[in-house]
Amino acid sequence: MTVKVNGQERTLDREMTVTEFVEQEQYTITRIAVEINGEIVPKATYSQVIVHNGDVIEVVSFVGGG
Amino acid sequence: MTYPLSQEEIQAALCERHSPEIQEKLNNAHVAIAGLGGLGSNIAFSLARIGVGHLHLVDFDKVDITNLNRQQYFMRHLGMYKTDALKEELLDINPYLDIRTDCIKVTEHNIPALFADAPIICEAFDVPENKAMLVNTVLELFPDKKLVAASGMAGFHDSNAIRTRQVMKNFWLCGDETTEPAYARGLMAPRVAICAGHQANLIVQLIIEAY
Repeated sequence: MTVKVNGQERTLDREMTVTEFVEQEQYTITRIAVEINGEIVPKATYSQVIVHNGDVIEVVSFVGGG
Repeated sequence: MTYPLSQEEIQAALCERHSPEIQEKLNNAHVAIAGLGGLGSNIAFSLARIGVGHLHLVDFDKVDITNLNRQQYFMRHLGMYKTDALKEELLDINPYLDIRTDCIKVTEHNIPALFADAPIICEAFDVPENKAMLVNTVLELFPDKKLVAASGMAGFHDSNAIRTRQVMKNFWLCGDETTEPAYARGLMAPRVAICAGHQANLIVQLIIEAY
């Protein structure tokens, strides 16, 4: 299936939870915010929300400094 | 207490620079700033100078000698809480501003009470986990508030890599999104101030659109 991640087309081999997706993409889960199709995904729901074919996913990964 | 300038004199000067109609919007605006380091202290200075009428400053930390390379504090502030030091400085610029301070560490639990009032919230933390925690919690709890966050402003490379990006309807991110502090590439006044300027200018745009 195909999704768009941060503006880039990506192929995933199956539907998966947000937790599985961000782990597969090697994000640090404590440093990110995830939106799917324009809506924030609440952190407590990462292991229930499913990434579907055609989803537009934005992952903001924060780096330190301020 | 008597000040060298009256409220009317300061208002007249601000209106001369900004126009009365813009100044009225700035006077009525309410912005919360979470984190008063290199980003937050510079953002607060910018907003106070143009007369943003209601500022809410939140930080738990004290001014440290290593802050002086980029943060808007002076030697006399060492050891003071940043909330107290910054409020003192901002009132030196304009003593008629309404400045609320909360000297507290922001957590998921106190965000609902701390940030209930301000329609614009500025994330200006240092630690990435804290940035993510504030952004996630605010976007979940307050979907109608405007949130302006920052990521990536260390070192001294390309100024123009720092940009403002609208991530979601009410969420903007400033910074280069990649450069974190490292040896010989630490946080330095010029580049941190560029990022703070992006955040502050976006906040001005949001104020002028919204009020």
